[in-house]
Amino acid sequence: MIKIDISKKLEGASKKIDFRVKCEFQNGEFWTLFGESGIGKTTFLRMLAGLENPDNGRIEIDDELWFDSYKNINLPPQQRRVGFVFQNYALFENMSVIENIYFAQHKKDEKIAKSILEKIGIAKLKDRRPSTLSGGQRQRVALCRAIALEPKILLLDEPLSALDSLARLKLQDELKNIHDKFHLTTLLVSHDRSEVFKLSDFVIWLKDGKIFKKGSPKEIFLPKDSSRKFSFTGEILSLEKRDILVVATIGIGQNIVEVVLDTEEANDFRVGCEVFVATKAFNPLVKRI
Amino acid sequence: MSELITSSEFWEPFWLTFQLAFIATTILYIIGIPIAYFLAYSKIRFKPFWETLISMPLVLPPSVLGFYFLLAFSKDGFLGKFWQELFGHQLAFHFDGLVLGSVIFSLPFMVHPILNGFKGMDKYQIEAAYTMGKSKLTTLLKVILPSIKPSLITGGVIAFAHTVGEFGVVLMIGGNIDGETKVASIAIYNQVEALNYTTAHIYSLILFAFSFVTLWLVYMKLNREVKGF
Repeated sequence: MIKIDISKKLEGASKKIDFRVKCEFQNGEFWTLFGESGIGKTTFLRMLAGLENPDNGRIEIDDELWFDSYKNINLPPQQRRVGFVFQNYALFENMSVIENIYFAQHKKDEKIAKSILEKIGIAKLKDRRPSTLSGGQRQRVALCRAIALEPKILLLDEPLSALDSLARLKLQDELKNIHDKFHLTTLLVSHDRSEVFKLSDFVIWLKDGKIFKKGSPKEIFLPKDSSRKFSFTGEILSLEKRDILVVATIGIGQNIVEVVLDTEEANDFRVGCEVFVATKAFNPLVKRI
Repeated sequence: MSELITSSEFWEPFWLTFQLAFIATTILYIIGIPIAYFLAYSKIRFKPFWETLISMPLVLPPSVLGFYFLLAFSKDGFLGKFWQELFGHQLAFHFDGLVLGSVIFSLPFMVHPILNGFKGMDKYQIEAAYTMGKSKLTTLLKVILPSIKPSLITGGVIAFAHTVGEFGVVLMIGGNIDGETKVASIAIYNQVEALNYTTAHIYSLILFAFSFVTLWLVYMKLNREVKGF
């Protein structure tokens, strides 16, 4: 059980943010921290790992106190046992893949190190230098390394953001498998809705440094006031006036669609706004391609 | 001429020079790495002041430094007095004085490349090591230093070469004592003054060739290191 109640004043890129988050996780759960960039998601992970300090509050994990501003307790990162996968993976370039794993272990154990590499499917790469690996392979090494230290919690800071969409899809499935296989408690930072939906048991949606919504991905992302059959969230890319109508170009995931709006409707929208696109009147056609 | 080259007096200044450069460089590694580490990573106060102080030998004429060293290293100087009590001889006009002078004089040449290496180091690798339970010292030895090997090599070589080539400071604090403080650069000056151009030529050529080959080897090694990453 992980109990977190922390606050910190953050200097965001454009404004100051009063960050305050209170939440609890059960062991074995997969949580995602979702929200725009620059609202403190990464800082939250860093505070959990002990790499940054909250101004106030408390972090408790399995009855072990990691941080308590009232009791003046602040465990250094060395004593927290957190598996942190950084956005740039932070692999040790001067070590081979297997040496990276050894370095993370409390006590060098060749058998365990090899079995982790095997389970994640990169046993063949064990003697390679990180600089010779592809993005996806580096990602897997970073995961193996984080798992090797037998973490109480695995923190993933947008681990898939640097990968192309194909590698990304593949690794999303793997991440979920790894989480289950190693019985981890995982906290992922992501701003990709489909990724969050696919992976997490629970989602914390942050807005302006506060919890905006909390719950299962379904509760968070599927609006209750509409049919769930055929609805998407997208971003308006352009609004073009044509006679009495306005054509809105909307980006939905990897796709771009055009939707016709009447001028009055269009008044509500601006380029860049997030919108909900749904249709209820008919069954959509679904065909194999 | 063959007699000249085979005589031990001929080689003495070189032997002395390399001893000096080797000892000074070793000491510079021992103190340069911690100094660069603190300047790069700690939140010490007056950082620009310390950076300026370390960089002073870059801009001061060697004679100015040498003059202050002479004052400090002589029997009445604060360092010289202390040395006299401890080891029974003063620092000025002694090999020990040359070592200390060279260390201070070459400090920026060692510290700057290492400092740049530390500053360019990916901080997430350092933090990753901390989350793996590794202390700051272990992280420095196992992660940071191996990653900045090119900077370490550059610092060491430039400091070494600089000590070999130093003239002004050495002349001021060391004088010209055979087998004690007469290093190669001083020996060349002496030979020129005595109009022994042949000896001066040979000395100069040896120094030239040595410096060229050393730097060349280092640049080859560095090129390979950079490609390896």
